[in-house]
Amino acid sequence: MIAFIIRRLLASLGVLIAVGLIAFVMFRYVGDPVNQMVGIETPAAEREALRQQLGLNEPVIVQASRFLLNAARFDFGISYQFRQPVSVMIGARLPATLELAIVASILSLLAGVPLGVYSALRRDSALAKLFQALSLVGISLPTFLTGILLIYLFSVTLGWLPSFGRGAVVPIGSWWTTGLLTMSGLKSLIMPAITLALFQMTLIMRLVRAEMLEVLRADYIRFARARGLSERAVHFHHALKNTLVPVMTVVGLQLGSIVAFSIITETVFAWPGMGQLFLQSIQNVDIPIMAAYLLFIAFLFVIINLVVDLLYVIVDPRLRAAVHGASG
Amino acid sequence: MSKPAVEPSTIESAPRSFIGRLADNDLVASFLSSKITVAAGLITLILLLAAVFAPLIAPTNPFNPATNFLIDSLTPPRFAAGGDPRFLLGTDDQGRDMWSAILYGLRVSLLIGIFSVLFGGAIGITLGLIAGYTGGWIDAIIMRIADVQLTFPAILIALLLDGVAQALLKNSNREGTAFGVLVVSIGLSFWVQYARTVRGSTMVEKNRDYVQAARLVGLSPARILVRHILPNVMGPVLVIATINLALAIITEATLSFLGVGLPPTQPSLGTLIRIGQNFLFSGEWWIVTFPSLTLAILVLAVNLLGDWLRDALNPRLK
Repeated sequence: MIAFIIRRLLASLGVLIAVGLIAFVMFRYVGDPVNQMVGIETPAAEREALRQQLGLNEPVIVQASRFLLNAARFDFGISYQFRQPVSVMIGARLPATLELAIVASILSLLAGVPLGVYSALRRDSALAKLFQALSLVGISLPTFLTGILLIYLFSVTLGWLPSFGRGAVVPIGSWWTTGLLTMSGLKSLIMPAITLALFQMTLIMRLVRAEMLEVLRADYIRFARARGLSERAVHFHHALKNTLVPVMTVVGLQLGSIVAFSIITETVFAWPGMGQLFLQSIQNVDIPIMAAYLLFIAFLFVIINLVVDLLYVIVDPRLRAAVHGASG
Repeated sequence: MSKPAVEPSTIESAPRSFIGRLADNDLVASFLSSKITVAAGLITLILLLAAVFAPLIAPTNPFNPATNFLIDSLTPPRFAAGGDPRFLLGTDDQGRDMWSAILYGLRVSLLIGIFSVLFGGAIGITLGLIAGYTGGWIDAIIMRIADVQLTFPAILIALLLDGVAQALLKNSNREGTAFGVLVVSIGLSFWVQYARTVRGSTMVEKNRDYVQAARLVGLSPARILVRHILPNVMGPVLVIATINLALAIITEATLSFLGVGLPPTQPSLGTLIRIGQNFLFSGEWWIVTFPSLTLAILVLAVNLLGDWLRDALNPRLK
């Protein structure tokens, strides 16, 4: 077990270093960092001094390792455009994005799993067919269209919900701000969260349905029925449990992609989160922010992957045996 | 008892060529058996034709400044109050005919979708064939890269590639490069799926007798891969390509909507939606509605086709 965890940790570290090196190459070679930082009329001597100060004249290996070490301490340098430390800027926008992502994930799970289970158990009912059809529409509708549709309906036509921003926020501790405690904050959250959750929800629903149908065909389900167990016990104790392993992987990965997809949602709803910052940095070629965001997302995905892998071992006894077999 | 002349394993059904399977009556029959699939196919065909013949169908060329008059700007659609018979779906803020703009936008969206699927497919198939056939460290490296890339959503990778490419090309004109940059970024963000699928099938196929025979005859690996293995692994690839076409169109629309895709001078459906969104609150609903509808219908139809193809080519569902 411990060997398994260590192996996974090492692999994760490898991914992070690889992404870090990509970020470094971006930082160092996409445009000249010095040119980005100084004005046009800065004299050459001053440029050279800055170059020296940033260590851009040292060997590439030294620069790369310094970049990685700094990144490990969350030091990503200064934004070209805003002249502020990147870590501070990302930190200020982290709460908005994480709150949105977490609420959206919970929403998509709470709706997606029951809908999927229902569509599998009553696969020939009219309602299940309707869900299935709607889910295809949900997958086909790009996230930004869902957002625009909601804005048109609830902000422009009905005037119920605000179409942009986070509403009033309350500070918690020294750096976290939350919109979950004010009325306007909650109202502002509804549409972005639904927009972000919809795509994931349809994915989860279709996946749960497909897995459940597969499992329901298995022999042990037939045996469980033959043993006279109630339908309820068969469906929820035998079938659903075995459905959850593949669902967990996808949901875990989706959690990460929700943070990435929030770029789109944040743009549609002018949500002041990291995604918006990242998009601005792309438009302004603000490489330090791009690099930092890339590393942040990589970090997030690696953590999620790791947790999912460990959860597997806990949930699936067969894997536990395999892991023990491999390490012992 | 006499021994059979041929071992049973060698008379196993010779792998039929992909074209043979496509012409197979089963496939045609399954296509015609579902009304929804036929409808999706028809809609896709109509949209494709509309895109190809856009210059002939469109009443005006929306990108010719000489035919756009600001006096016509923000005209509602023909059937709405205040509509002008010249403009079926109304005009945008620059007096461009929305119907024409949508036809041209559809053309751009489909072109980028198709080219990026071809590009991503070509890379994925090539790497998949090589990885599956050679194995060893080449296989390990290719698949490791694929694993790492797969942990990130394709849209994020496309966004990043697009951003970096634009940073590198920022001195040249964006209008000339935007199309190519989009095709490359979207294509590169989708290659992994092809590679994994093709690699899996190649590893199965390379142990089949016909490959062994080809090897014994002394054919070069490249020839074996392209002429013998490739046709037999194309089935799943076609399914992925269809579904990826829908994804690629969505990705392009999203990038253009976010403002890092095509510039307003050569708009795709996504760019049109981005422009139209600004008029959502001032009541000019048609500018955003019709491009959005077109995009949604296009993606839905392609997705339905992909769904059908996946089921039809999946032997387990037969």
